[in-house]
Amino acid sequence: MLRGEKKEDAKMAQADHDGLPDYRAVGRHAVFPSADHDQTERFNFLARLNRHLASVVLPGVADAYRQRVEPAFEQANGRKPAHRREACQALATEPLYRTWSALRRNTMEMRQQAGLALVLPQRDRLIAETERLIDDGRLRLNPEVSIPRYLSAVDHHCMPGSYYTERTAHDVTAAANYDAGMFVTTGGMLGRYTDGGGRGMVDYMRRQQPSWRPRRILDLGCGLGHNVLPIAEAFADAEVVAVDVAAPMLRYGAARAASLGVDNVVFVQADAADLAEFEAESFDWIQSTMFLHETSCRALRRIMSETRRLVAPGGFVIHIEQPQYHADMPVFEQAMRDWDAFNNNEPFWTKLHDVDLDQYMIDAGFARSELFHGGVTAVVDRELFPDAADDTAEDYGRKAAWHITGAHV
Amino acid sequence: MSEPFDAVTLAGAKAKGKRPYFFADADVERVLSIVMAVAGELAVTRMRLDTLEQLLIDRGIVAKADIDGFAPDAAQSDARGRWQREYLARILRIVQQEREAIANPDEPTSEAAGEQLDDG
Repeated sequence: MLRGEKKEDAKMAQADHDGLPDYRAVGRHAVFPSADHDQTERFNFLARLNRHLASVVLPGVADAYRQRVEPAFEQANGRKPAHRREACQALATEPLYRTWSALRRNTMEMRQQAGLALVLPQRDRLIAETERLIDDGRLRLNPEVSIPRYLSAVDHHCMPGSYYTERTAHDVTAAANYDAGMFVTTGGMLGRYTDGGGRGMVDYMRRQQPSWRPRRILDLGCGLGHNVLPIAEAFADAEVVAVDVAAPMLRYGAARAASLGVDNVVFVQADAADLAEFEAESFDWIQSTMFLHETSCRALRRIMSETRRLVAPGGFVIHIEQPQYHADMPVFEQAMRDWDAFNNNEPFWTKLHDVDLDQYMIDAGFARSELFHGGVTAVVDRELFPDAADDTAEDYGRKAAWHITGAHV
Repeated sequence: MSEPFDAVTLAGAKAKGKRPYFFADADVERVLSIVMAVAGELAVTRMRLDTLEQLLIDRGIVAKADIDGFAPDAAQSDARGRWQREYLARILRIVQQEREAIANPDEPTSEAAGEQLDDG
């Protein structure tokens, strides 16, 4: 709650702008980087700029496509663009698309600079605090794990150094930067602890399987654990294993979990494509949240095989991602959803959203009858944060509403 | 624990992966990028000013009505007018200079002048 404001006043004030709370409403924990006045306002500006681009500028791009780009293409070719690549090429000469794109790319770069400028000068304190909070029960690092090519080729979403670079011993700065800026990148749509995806997942499972009590849960590509923590909290009796290849994310994630009082998660440095250290059929629930689009075809096959091997009888394997491209999705929407692939360093985004994920799962040994699909939207603290379920703005590819591809074995 | 490092340079480091440019002219995109950075810093400064105002109001040092109802006296008004004129001249310098250039369409570049000075 903002100082001196009643709940109704706060809601009312939001109606006048974009519904975004102040950055100061973002949830804090012991390893969350501290921000002074101007650092805070830099994030506020960038978050609102992102929301403005999505809700004000982007609809103009859609208008321009309908009124200028598509008619010009049709005149030249005697038909409408048949594939998103054609729509992309046609858009590339549209002034409004160029402006929106250039501004969007800039907000990403500015967000990274603002985040790193915040985090790097306080790295010693963040490292010391992390080391104080973690122990062997919370964190198992394995320096033998190598960084897969799908991460090392380019720095994902323009994060200099990506998730894994260690700028100094015991480094956590990549994770602290990621955590500090998620509010900006997502326009607050993931809630106070950027855990709206995980909370949405808990909601989904409770509706689907009200009396189910998983004993052991595996989270793949956990990052700093923001999506697995709500799952661990909801199933407090379960033993939760969160794996990732990036040591800075794991250290920070373990410390963050300790600070937030979540004690049933162990963060393990491992490649999701090679989980030989875990026994077959040893997890009741295997989850990945916005992870698969940051892998590769080869890794994807191995990840699917590992999940088939590791899931226990009666258990669930669930992947959440943005929806797949399909014939009924307008090519303009596909082109816009593909923007991050080319312009925000998401190199596998296009391919992942093009493939038949069901077939990948079947190839890995799942029966077609075991597969299911569903939808999840972020669950947030609605007192202050915007709710994706009420959000009419379509920020293609970034909206906090996802598609489930799952298996119940 | 840590080696000396330059946080300012590191914070602005380029991400791995060739940067896309959206405008036909990369120079335009560069200028936009700088303008957006300045726009961001202006927003930050405006928020700081608002914070100061709120604190002054909360502590009873000034009232909100004092700020909104402030009317500069003649000397203050003159000073503010001078500041605004100088400010506008500063940010619109190139417009002034392009206008002045209309009067001398045939003036040489320094390079051309240099060639003429290479006169034996």
